Amino acid sequence: MQFTSFSFILFAALTLIVYYLVPRRSQWKVLLLFSLFFYAFAGAEYLFFILYTWFVTFLTGHILQHFADREDAYVEENRATLSKEERKAYRAKEKKKRRRILTVGLVLGFGMLAVLKYTAFAVGNINGILSAFDAKTLTVPSLLLPLGISFYTFQSMGYLIDVYRKKVRAEKNPAKLMLFVTFFPQLLQGPISRFGDLQEQLMGQHAFDGETVRAGLFRVVWGYFKKLIVADTAMIGIKTLIEQSDKFDGIYVFLLILLYSAQIYGDFTGGIDITIGLSEAMGIRLAENFNRPFSSRSTKEYWNRWHITMGTWFTDYVFYPLSVSRGMQKITFGATKRLGRGFGMRLPVYTATIATWFFTGLWHGAGWNFIVWGLLNCLVILVSRECEPLYRRFYKKFPSLSDSRIWHAWQATRTFLLMGLIRSLDCYRDVPKTFRLWGSMLTKWNVGELFTGGLTSFGLGIPEWCVILGGIAVINLFDRLGRETPVHRRAAKRPVMWFATVCALLVLILIFGAYGIGYDASQFIYQQF
Amino acid sequence: METLLKILNGLHPDVDFVSIDDLYDEGVLDSLDMVRLVTEIGMEFDVQIPPEELIPENFQNVNTIWALIERLDEE
Amino acid sequence: MKKTLILCTCILLVTVLCLGFVQMLVTPKYMTDTLDGALIGEYYREKTPHDVVFIGDCEVYECFTPPTLWQEYGITSYVRGSAQQLIWQSYYLMEETLKRENPKAVVFNVLSIKYGEPQNEAYNRMTLDGMKWSGSKLRSIYASKTEEESVISYVFPLLRYHSRWSDLTKEDWKYLFHRDTVSHNGYLMQTGVKPKTSNIPGRPLVDYTLPEIGFEYLEKMRLLCEENGTELILIKAPTNDWKYYWYDEWDAQITAWANEKGVDYYNFIPLAAEIGLDWSTDTYDGGVHLNVFGAEKLTSYFGKILAEKYGISDRRGDVELDTVWADKVAIYQKERNGETQ
Repeated sequence: MQFTSFSFILFAALTLIVYYLVPRRSQWKVLLLFSLFFYAFAGAEYLFFILYTWFVTFLTGHILQHFADREDAYVEENRATLSKEERKAYRAKEKKKRRRILTVGLVLGFGMLAVLKYTAFAVGNINGILSAFDAKTLTVPSLLLPLGISFYTFQSMGYLIDVYRKKVRAEKNPAKLMLFVTFFPQLLQGPISRFGDLQEQLMGQHAFDGETVRAGLFRVVWGYFKKLIVADTAMIGIKTLIEQSDKFDGIYVFLLILLYSAQIYGDFTGGIDITIGLSEAMGIRLAENFNRPFSSRSTKEYWNRWHITMGTWFTDYVFYPLSVSRGMQKITFGATKRLGRGFGMRLPVYTATIATWFFTGLWHGAGWNFIVWGLLNCLVILVSRECEPLYRRFYKKFPSLSDSRIWHAWQATRTFLLMGLIRSLDCYRDVPKTFRLWGSMLTKWNVGELFTGGLTSFGLGIPEWCVILGGIAVINLFDRLGRETPVHRRAAKRPVMWFATVCALLVLILIFGAYGIGYDASQFIYQQF
Repeated sequence: METLLKILNGLHPDVDFVSIDDLYDEGVLDSLDMVRLVTEIGMEFDVQIPPEELIPENFQNVNTIWALIERLDEE
Repeated sequence: MKKTLILCTCILLVTVLCLGFVQMLVTPKYMTDTLDGALIGEYYREKTPHDVVFIGDCEVYECFTPPTLWQEYGITSYVRGSAQQLIWQSYYLMEETLKRENPKAVVFNVLSIKYGEPQNEAYNRMTLDGMKWSGSKLRSIYASKTEEESVISYVFPLLRYHSRWSDLTKEDWKYLFHRDTVSHNGYLMQTGVKPKTSNIPGRPLVDYTLPEIGFEYLEKMRLLCEENGTELILIKAPTNDWKYYWYDEWDAQITAWANEKGVDYYNFIPLAAEIGLDWSTDTYDGGVHLNVFGAEKLTSYFGKILAEKYGISDRRGDVELDTVWADKVAIYQKERNGETQ
């Protein structure tokens, strides 16, 4: 069920009604039931994979907790007799044991993701090497990719690491853990939640509260507005620009970057609005995933504001463990002694940053374009970090700039365009071709074409352009209105206002949204019959 | 404490670390700084800060960082 | 609290009115183009009953002219045809028609039996949108909808046609609240002539077995007519272009079924000469469909069968019917002579 299908809307409404009709202590059971149904609806065979992840997660978490409890009990019992060193040694030994258990869990969990999502990519690359040596190539297997597997695997594995780190206690009730893994609103595109945050929200009892429900529903409608008015309308043009990239180079690549930025913003933040809004309507607060990302003034800031839950996941579970691990520290100390502080101190940061971005790229998809995308982001971040002393000197020379709004606007624009440029790698899905098209922006000056019909030559007519730009204007307006308190919460406080706005948004979505079978009366050609 | 302040100033010479309460939330320290900080602390104090301790609460200001070092040394 | 309620009711009312208006605006009118989309809906304007109702695809609405049937035999009739009408759609139209009136005979053109599953969204729309709401319509939607379609978009056509907001035409405004009548009791007139030049048979098929579901619906039609005391007559229109070819193997299956069930079946293809059809003057599209001249010949031929074999009586002389049909015939003649449209 896609968010924009009629069946999802019906399904979500039904969930909400049943959720508030049953006794409060059963609310979580309703969610579990509906989540499983949601998943089964997508394909009963997918159910097997998500249940596998759940099973691995539950079992590993359970064992980890058992060992952690035993460790703590032992230390507690023998507090008087154990010396500090003995205690440390015991804890270290136990931690090693638990680490082994965790490793098994992670391998089992990530293993399935790796096999299903990356086998074809890996085999393709091996074949590339093999064919270079004129060896026989392997057949590329076609495996099915279960819905939302990247999201639920990451969420479950994060839980395991948290149990290992003793940040949370393992969930005793297998059914409750199953809800954590399968909770349907966040299955399609996140956010990637942490067990510590979600546990109470999901399992808690939520009384019906008009204002909460209103706020949630408003946000859902708002999400549909972004998705259907801006993203899906822009997609019509983007498709053509990508499919006929030979024809649409130069300025059209720039146009694609702008359109795709609008598209992905509307689609992703809109989808997350639907997820978080639907959850909020049930009294469940999820972690925010975006914080006005396009106003970021640097790449680093952008990644703190865009897809936040993924960023923090990678920071906490990949970047930190890699960079401050014992092994890495040892290498660092050695390198510092032999090769100097400058090199030694950069070593862990650089290694871990590059690795993290490599994996972030890979997580987005099995393809070189995603890896290059990740590494380019990494490059920008590291370069701008190295330039920091330069910036400092610059601001010392021009102190008024650091508070200048115009300067901030320039920084934001620059970041927006840079991110858009790198992001266009996932449009063309072909690294050399993307680079070639980037080059064409510099070599081919066909700006004039835009004003002689070029703007409407790839599927977007004047009306569609008006819808996209109008939609962006409304998004900006809501953004401004929601600086202090988000618009959906502000609206929820005043029922009449709320109802009027929701109705107006619905009317706009129903008329101008790009949904349903693209109909044109002229396609009824009589000669057909 | 002196050594810690020296390390911090090495990271950001233009920041007055004694007076700032919320290093992380105010965006003074980012994740890359944290790693550098942890590495330097490891060298200077011989304390291994595990990844699970790399949370904002532990790095709010000089005092919390100092408290973390002492706690880890104690455990 | 009361104020809130009143205000919200007002907002809701405005919203519904607004959406309703837009829905009327964007729904295709089929008044100047693709006229066949308007056919199904026109039936409900009829005030007088019919003794014969034709049901089926374009091979009925381009082949039988009710005004001719009236003029020559005094038989009142209506053609409930639509483009690529599928057999279950015909069945549900039949079901609906027999609830509304009690004709002596229902004539069904069997070409559509070749389709075993939903075909084309656009044609579904033209057949289904025009129907008034009833159980028959709902069942027909469920039976016909292609995978990409949703039932709710039939309930609220706005969900289907909203994207037309950007290419509305004068027609959409002109026919916002009313529609003209484009057919002659369901017959869509074509006065052009384009002779049939070739006589290619259809491409050979791998499997000539007609879909089972088609016979299930034929059987349902038979039972429905039996229940209502109406004669079911199966026909195959005389046109036989290679694109919509009627294979002998298919004909044999229908004949066998009809013989077994005791239903009358007329295949007009071999009777073309007897009917008097001239393929150089009686078709407007090179033999795919008949034009008005061909349709009149066929109607005349079949009307005789209806009157003589099925005893469908001559209604001329009934004052009310005479006036109603005099008007219809006049309009028909006018269009035939090229005085309108």
